[in-house]
Amino acid sequence: MQVLLFTILTLCALGILSAVILYFVAQKFRVEEDPRIDEVEKMLPGANCGGCGFAGCRGMADALVKQDDISNLFCPVGGGDCMKAIASYLGKAAAEKQPEVATVRCGGTCEKRPRTNEYNGARSCAVAASLYVGETGCAYGCLGFGDCVAACTFDAIRMNPQTGLPEVDPDKCTACGACVKACPKKIIELRKKWPKNRAVYVSCVSKDKGAVVMKACKAGCIGCGKCVKVCSFGAIIVENNLAYIDPQKCKLCRKCVNECPTGAIRLVGMDPLPKEPKTPAAPKAAPAAEKSAAVKSAPVAAKAETVKAAAAAPATEKPAATQTPSKES
Amino acid sequence: MKTFPMGGVHPSENKLSSAKPIEVLPLPEVVNVPLAQHIGAPAVAKVAKGDKVLAGQLIAEAGSFMSANIHAPVSGTVTAVDLVPNGQGLRQMMITIKREGDEWAEGIDRSETLVRECTLSSQEIIARIKEAGIVGMGGATFPTHVKLSIPAGKKAECVIINGVECEPYLTSDHRMMLEHGEEIVVGVTILMKAVGVERAYIGIENNKPDAIAHLTQIAASYPGVEVVPLKVRYPQGGEKQLIAAVTGRQVPPPPALPIDVGAVVCNVSTTYAVYRAVQKRMPLVERVVTVTGKSLKEPRNLLTRMGTPVATLLEAAGGLPDAVCKVINGGPMMGRAMVDLASPVTKGCSGITVMTGRDAERRTASQCIKCAKCVAACPMGLEPYYLSKMTQKKRWDEVEASMITSCIECGCCQSTCPAYLPLLDWVRLGKQTVMGIIRSRAAAGAPKK
Amino acid sequence: MANKLIVSPAPHVQTAQSTARIMRDVVIALLPALVVSTVVFGADVLRVTAISVVACVAFEYLIQKFMFRGPLTISNWSAVVTGVLLSFNLPASIPWWIVVIGAFVAIAVAKMTFGGLGKNPFNPALVGRVFLLIAYPVQMTTWPMPVRSEALDALSGATPLAAVKHGIVGPDGLGVQHLLLGNMPGSLGEVATLALLVGFVYLLWRRVITWHIPVTILVTMAVFAFVAALCEGESGAVLWQLPLFHILAGGAMLGAIFMATDYSTSPMTVKGGVIFAVGIGVITMCIRLWGAYPEGMSFAILLMNACVPLINKYVKPKRFGVK
Repeated sequence: MQVLLFTILTLCALGILSAVILYFVAQKFRVEEDPRIDEVEKMLPGANCGGCGFAGCRGMADALVKQDDISNLFCPVGGGDCMKAIASYLGKAAAEKQPEVATVRCGGTCEKRPRTNEYNGARSCAVAASLYVGETGCAYGCLGFGDCVAACTFDAIRMNPQTGLPEVDPDKCTACGACVKACPKKIIELRKKWPKNRAVYVSCVSKDKGAVVMKACKAGCIGCGKCVKVCSFGAIIVENNLAYIDPQKCKLCRKCVNECPTGAIRLVGMDPLPKEPKTPAAPKAAPAAEKSAAVKSAPVAAKAETVKAAAAAPATEKPAATQTPSKES
Repeated sequence: MKTFPMGGVHPSENKLSSAKPIEVLPLPEVVNVPLAQHIGAPAVAKVAKGDKVLAGQLIAEAGSFMSANIHAPVSGTVTAVDLVPNGQGLRQMMITIKREGDEWAEGIDRSETLVRECTLSSQEIIARIKEAGIVGMGGATFPTHVKLSIPAGKKAECVIINGVECEPYLTSDHRMMLEHGEEIVVGVTILMKAVGVERAYIGIENNKPDAIAHLTQIAASYPGVEVVPLKVRYPQGGEKQLIAAVTGRQVPPPPALPIDVGAVVCNVSTTYAVYRAVQKRMPLVERVVTVTGKSLKEPRNLLTRMGTPVATLLEAAGGLPDAVCKVINGGPMMGRAMVDLASPVTKGCSGITVMTGRDAERRTASQCIKCAKCVAACPMGLEPYYLSKMTQKKRWDEVEASMITSCIECGCCQSTCPAYLPLLDWVRLGKQTVMGIIRSRAAAGAPKK
Repeated sequence: MANKLIVSPAPHVQTAQSTARIMRDVVIALLPALVVSTVVFGADVLRVTAISVVACVAFEYLIQKFMFRGPLTISNWSAVVTGVLLSFNLPASIPWWIVVIGAFVAIAVAKMTFGGLGKNPFNPALVGRVFLLIAYPVQMTTWPMPVRSEALDALSGATPLAAVKHGIVGPDGLGVQHLLLGNMPGSLGEVATLALLVGFVYLLWRRVITWHIPVTILVTMAVFAFVAALCEGESGAVLWQLPLFHILAGGAMLGAIFMATDYSTSPMTVKGGVIFAVGIGVITMCIRLWGAYPEGMSFAILLMNACVPLINKYVKPKRFGVK
């Protein structure tokens, strides 16, 4: 009994002694830190994805608190709402950014883009890209070894075994940009996120000449420029044999989709326009399209107008976009 | 017997074609001559579609100091100057020439007569080498005139001739030494004169006793030239390894160069090309290519004009077997696997190696068992397992501190790994990334000064 | 193009020495000792070894099948090696269920918890043995006498190390020939010193291991024993008998050749390996001379295993061109 008591007392005494020592040590070596950093860190999503450019959310929080001007800082995961909340907490002006989503711009599926050789090295796009053209004849297309999948901390990109291409889950994607950096072929682009995950984009980044593209892949952009002619908003440019749809100017009118001879322009979340009826296409489109229907006749002067209209658009963009489907249905 | 101080492996030699004399490949009908056949800036095309050219005529001029001239390997008409896929399927600027006859440009002496005496000065020799567009023909394709232009403040002490040919399968240098020994030794004396040294060593691995005997006998009548037999061990032909094996001096880690220990290293084929350029005004338009592989009917050593399609060489060796194949531009340790067999032979192509069946396919990788064989095999004293792991984790600071830039990409680590891990695949990627980081750091630091 | 070409980065040559071949070579190197042990202790040896191997392979299979994702790796023979090594650390008379428990600790706790082959910081067979030694001290230290025991009655069931430690006999009390040929009580693997040396030569010939670690351990032990004897004022024949006795008796050979050279639990550089080996030799001798246990090899190896990450961090290979 005595032994037991002695043991317990000794342990208690040891515990108290250690606690006292620890208390003084903690006092002595305390690091003074702005308590707001902790608060801001709590408001951030806590994904530590590095999408903001810092190593983790703590680094971002530190910068947000310490910098007077935080307009150059943005958390792509938390988005505008999160940044607004933090800005109001800190009494600073937040950066505004529209929501974006990662978009894979390659349509070279196994079926459309035949494999010409078998890669046997380390399963990494970066390694394969530094070695050679890839398993297909296209030097620009997706290599299919999933560096983007490995880079994604949100499980938003998956490899589709049927197509051999990565697919983005727009609901999980936070536009942190990790996959964009990971892709050695620069195929993935952060594009404006439309409601209901709608999208129209050129699903090809090949700068090769048309004939070369055709030989390697049946779904590539051949730079024919048909889409440019049909676009009423000046949203499409063709450079280096490659069409690009500017997401800021595009109004999802879908006319280019039907024009594309190889199907390189992809349409997501919407039905395509009915084929062929060329005249009824214009009246069916949204009001913005009607405005620009006049543009065709007076190209130069009107182009400026469309740019202005496009510039004015952001405020009204969302309602306009939601209107489009309701008119259709 | 001399050898380098650490690491190394000894893969099966498989020198299938070492007894086959050099044969001249019939001239190709069409050649594609890439503008970038060397390290540094690509050459600038001096001809356009429709131009008639003579063999040996300058068709592309060095783009900068670190670049090399390119000459027409055949006479004929330029049909295109356009993007053509190279061996890796990547599109490169090439000059396409349709051959007509075999007319040579004036001033080129194509005879076999040996010209021993060279009365030119160092500058004149280097100028002729530059004019002839000579680059390192062992595979690195470093412009030779750059190598011979000793930077101010540095002093060359000896010339080392690389006759090691440590890559398995390849025999082109071996045949060159046997059949053009005298010319090579004259080439050595020219190189000695160019860099102003009195001593030259010809390093030859001990698996080529005939070449050692032949060159030793010839070198006896050329003062200062000495043949050094070396123990058979890969990668003895690596520049730094060869210097260490012959002189015992180790080149410090990058950015130090061989000249920092007073050595200038040249391959034997390059030395032969130097002899021809200086004594015969012959530009670099042809080279000996070993076409080899266990599955080829007739492995051969072929004297080939630059720009000849690889497929033509394979045909000459009996054609590609009807099986799963890996066609390698170079030897099996450092060569690059090809996807496009219509792509041309270039200045750095010392061999075409064909692997079939089990040799062609990599075995399935399992997990690292920490056997440390890669560490023991690394000739640069690095830790490949660690570099590979840290590269996969993108820990660039860590791989840089672990001296990844010293890696010579010899492949010893990966070829010795019992878990069949793609160690060098990753280390190479890590090295490229770290070099990029160092360059951008230098670029960012420069303006501040 | 008729042929579909295979493409990969260089090098295009791979060694024939796969992980499975290495592990198989280790098993082959252990066979002579198994044969000698069977001759010494009888068929019980085969029983214990078989149970240990089967249990180890079975545990590895079950854990990989039901708890790991990814391909099965039991075909790489590493579990067989662990099984044989574990049995070599046990007395021949051990009950079967203790062997199974030992196999479970070795595979499940010491190996698979860390991620399997190549990731375990401690030698699995030794963790199994030390666990059993602490959990079942009686069964683990009851040594059967050799079947054909002649001049060894003096030992009365104690291992040579224990006998010398407790002063039953002197280090010269057992002839070197008995120690070499295994004519003494002890665990399965430690008795047949000569057979273990045959295995060592085989492993060197097959380039599975290098000589640095085993030789350094044995030399360290011998030197330590010699110096200790000198300090205790010994002289004459004992000065060379004691070192010889220490490297021949007990688990010194088994540990030095087969346990300390385990790839994943030994340092990556030769220099580091030498430091590791000296540590093992010193700790073993400290335990043998002054510790409570007559044998300290397994504790010494496990303790030095713990230092391996540190050694790997600070002992780097000599870089080319760096002075």
